[in-house]
Amino acid sequence: MKMNRREFMKANAAMTAATVAGLALPTAASNLITSSEQTKLEWNKAPCRFCGTGCSVIVGTRDGKVVATHGDAKSEVNRGLNCIKGYFLSKIMYGKDRLQVPMLRMTNGQYDKHGEFTPVSWDTAFDTMAEKWKKTIKEKGPTAVGMFGSGQWTVWEGYAASKLMKAGFGSNNIDPNARHCMASAVGGFMRTFGIDEPMGCYDDMEAADAFVLWGSNMAEMHPILWTRVTDRRLSAPHVKVAVLSTFEHRSFDLADLPIVFTPQTDLAMLNFIANYIIQNDKVNWDFVNKHVNFRKGETDIGYGLRASHPLQQKAKNVKTAGDSTPIDFEAFKAFVADYDVVSVSKLSGVPEHKLIELAELYADPDRKVTSFWTMGFNQHTRGVWCNNLIYNIHLLVGKISTPGNSPFSLTGQPSACGTAREVGTFSHRLPADLVVNNPEHRKIAETIWRIPDGIIPPKPGYHAVEQNRRLKDGDLNVYWVQVNNNMQAGPNINEEGLPGYRNPENFIVVSDAYPTVTTQAADLILPTAMWVEKEGAYGNAERRTQFWHQMVSAPGESHSDLWQLVEFSKRFTTDEVWPEAVLAQNPQYKGKTLFEVLYQNGNVDKFPLEQVDPKYLNDEAAHFGFYLQKGLFEEYATFGRGHGHDLADFDTYHQVHGLRWPVVNGQETKWRFREGSDPYVKVGSGFEFYGKPDGKAVIFALPYEPAAESPDEEYDIWLSTGRVLEHWHSGSMTQRVPELYRAFPDAVCFMHPDDAKKRGLRRGDEVKVISRRGEIKTRVETRGRNKPPIGLVFVPWFDASQLINKVTLDATDPLSKQTDFKKCAVKVVKA
Amino acid sequence: MKSAKKVTLIAMVGVSVVMSPGVHAASVPDEKVATLRQAPINVEPTPPAMQRVSNTDIKQVRNYPMQPPVIPHKIDGYQLDLKVNKCMSCHARKRTGESQAPMVSVTHYMDRENNFLATLSPRRYFCTQCHVPQLEAKLLVENDFVDMDHLIAPKTKAEH
Repeated sequence: MKMNRREFMKANAAMTAATVAGLALPTAASNLITSSEQTKLEWNKAPCRFCGTGCSVIVGTRDGKVVATHGDAKSEVNRGLNCIKGYFLSKIMYGKDRLQVPMLRMTNGQYDKHGEFTPVSWDTAFDTMAEKWKKTIKEKGPTAVGMFGSGQWTVWEGYAASKLMKAGFGSNNIDPNARHCMASAVGGFMRTFGIDEPMGCYDDMEAADAFVLWGSNMAEMHPILWTRVTDRRLSAPHVKVAVLSTFEHRSFDLADLPIVFTPQTDLAMLNFIANYIIQNDKVNWDFVNKHVNFRKGETDIGYGLRASHPLQQKAKNVKTAGDSTPIDFEAFKAFVADYDVVSVSKLSGVPEHKLIELAELYADPDRKVTSFWTMGFNQHTRGVWCNNLIYNIHLLVGKISTPGNSPFSLTGQPSACGTAREVGTFSHRLPADLVVNNPEHRKIAETIWRIPDGIIPPKPGYHAVEQNRRLKDGDLNVYWVQVNNNMQAGPNINEEGLPGYRNPENFIVVSDAYPTVTTQAADLILPTAMWVEKEGAYGNAERRTQFWHQMVSAPGESHSDLWQLVEFSKRFTTDEVWPEAVLAQNPQYKGKTLFEVLYQNGNVDKFPLEQVDPKYLNDEAAHFGFYLQKGLFEEYATFGRGHGHDLADFDTYHQVHGLRWPVVNGQETKWRFREGSDPYVKVGSGFEFYGKPDGKAVIFALPYEPAAESPDEEYDIWLSTGRVLEHWHSGSMTQRVPELYRAFPDAVCFMHPDDAKKRGLRRGDEVKVISRRGEIKTRVETRGRNKPPIGLVFVPWFDASQLINKVTLDATDPLSKQTDFKKCAVKVVKA
Repeated sequence: MKSAKKVTLIAMVGVSVVMSPGVHAASVPDEKVATLRQAPINVEPTPPAMQRVSNTDIKQVRNYPMQPPVIPHKIDGYQLDLKVNKCMSCHARKRTGESQAPMVSVTHYMDRENNFLATLSPRRYFCTQCHVPQLEAKLLVENDFVDMDHLIAPKTKAEH
């Protein structure tokens, strides 16, 4: 449009004149359509496809297409708001390169690991897969079969996958990409409270007097929660916001107390605060005496690297990393006494007055304080410790489970909580916090699933990072990846991921809506329905379960992950995959297909097609002949009902804008563990941490220990990776939305201007970021939203053409097995 | 560097033809599959030169009425923190006479409960959470999103 306003008006004058003169213009020339019938859009609710905030959106469809989305005014989470990504949800399904047909690597019509991707039918795709699966199970057993899923799986997809792996193939080698993002949070919850997920909820934000961000850039990563924090901070002037990070980012724009610290020293700062509270006599004795135990954790636990790595061999307590022993308050007091303000200031690089100001936010009995953390804590080789240590502080002052007093672990994915954690799609977990290495837990699962004893293996399977290592070593040979892009997201892909996928012994299947670098490394690509192309359920960071209906059809021959999992199960009989001994004892299962024993088991197929709301599509129900999603959900919900994980009934969730579990007698629970708010807390107890047998939470004595890799003379600068506001994770959806792509098209290396100058670099120069493991080419950015201190660079990982995870280190927290993507040593040189 | 991206685009169009429903055409080599990369995984592509921010001041048509408009100008160095909101120095109601910039939407004066406030709602304070400038970058992948007007229009004609 080159016309200015006056020219535009002139050009339109003819039409205006005609109207005034009463002339009838052809309808096409009129610029308004007013008939409501013609302009009507169909509007339905759905949770956002992106982060763990779990905003509700209203999706407008017309003629089988999503044409608009906006924030759901009735949702308590976002009250009509969305972030830039959420506002562009309408376009995420319409990238021109949507996968439409299965594609198998072939040469001359035959599967070939080195062949070109060739369109094939679903039958050929599944036949090829089934043959590989059967051969592998026969020759090497179920431990050579693996699956890598996601916190973006819908609840029933994760559940169906978990059943297929653990009850069908008898393999625990299923893990979600949530391992990369939430495993340390889970470890922290289980260790301190004995039950997963936050006790508080988003309502804490309107009640808090102080917010402390520990390694969380909410302004970019949880923008809508940030609007609530901002609303509170700017509406109530007494409110203080402290933002802690290893580099300055957008959340610092709201900070009253900005703190940039040396990587890994958060451990020391956390212990300093505990020490400060004790030294200044600010312990809430009534709370501590009634509700808390003290324990000392094992130290020198290694870095979750390969056993051959020198750091692993040097560590004394790798095998007993999770152990702890009871201590008393005096022992804890003595333990944290080493963390005085002088030494911690020196270690962390944070001025003493700032440390004291920070500690005072927690110590002041009249200030309600909410702590937020995400990947800064969780992607940390001592991530579980970080989680334990922040709970220490809140427990010492009794600031927990009451409105505004909230240690709040935020999640990165839309259903990291709802699917990965609650359904238990981890290699060691079962639904509702049950674990595979507990015989009673396995028994519960086998009973609910109506399968014989001895099907679920007791030994935990390979976790995410271990899966890549085992693929490389040839121990894991057939592997199915759904709803994630791990060749871009996983650590150290040069040394582990890529050699693993391309190992000639292995057959790799990747289900995705779009062609990603993970599909590029695959052998078979399955085109997959996404978001409102299927009926779904997600669970957000505040325990809120949200449902949506299928609103449009998926393109081409795409099918949902759920359809793929359940359809694939038809190709196996129990005789091919279950142990002979078990079948001999339970002959009634002999010769049955996995489809029959897992999904036609009387539970999952219980609800007939007639119960599907005829107003909506449901491709899976239509295909399988029963209301598959409802059957899976209701069977799954049996695990948690009556055990602190109560979910409402299926139909209710389609009506409401989400409910926070436990949902007891139709009522959601906002704050757990507090009498009067949580129905599971015994009358008269005040608080009860009922995840632990004695109802008491644990304060842990845990030290500062150094990072796995720190800068040295050659690799002289820290590298932190992360996200940007406009792109979600690996960018496979957002890079295909033109407005989001143009907002941040290419990754850059954010660097302090002095560091650039020292290396003879200027803004925009092409550079190599090099570690001991690999390198990428990118460009230097010395301005913009992230302002690293001297000695640290930040490179986002959304860009498929700049795979920064070639550079990162696959060091993990030995307890949670979660990778530390925030710390490794690199050098940056002119390309 | 720009030309590298152009080549990518042509290849991408080729791939999308192959993958049209029902079309069982030629196969695709792996380095051409990932449309956002278009290079083998073990090769390091040259990063494109840094792009300029589109600074035309010309409004872009929204995809649908509720879409937050993109910012048609540079915002480099704009202060947007606890002390100052530079955006509002032009887009606040009182400043638009002078600036001729569009006033922020009326929704921006509403609180969480949809009550109107005298000034910008604090929950809307950080403009860049929803509004972003656009770089002059060439798209790697086109988007087939259909404007609702296209779905409404043909029927209108047919019925009259």
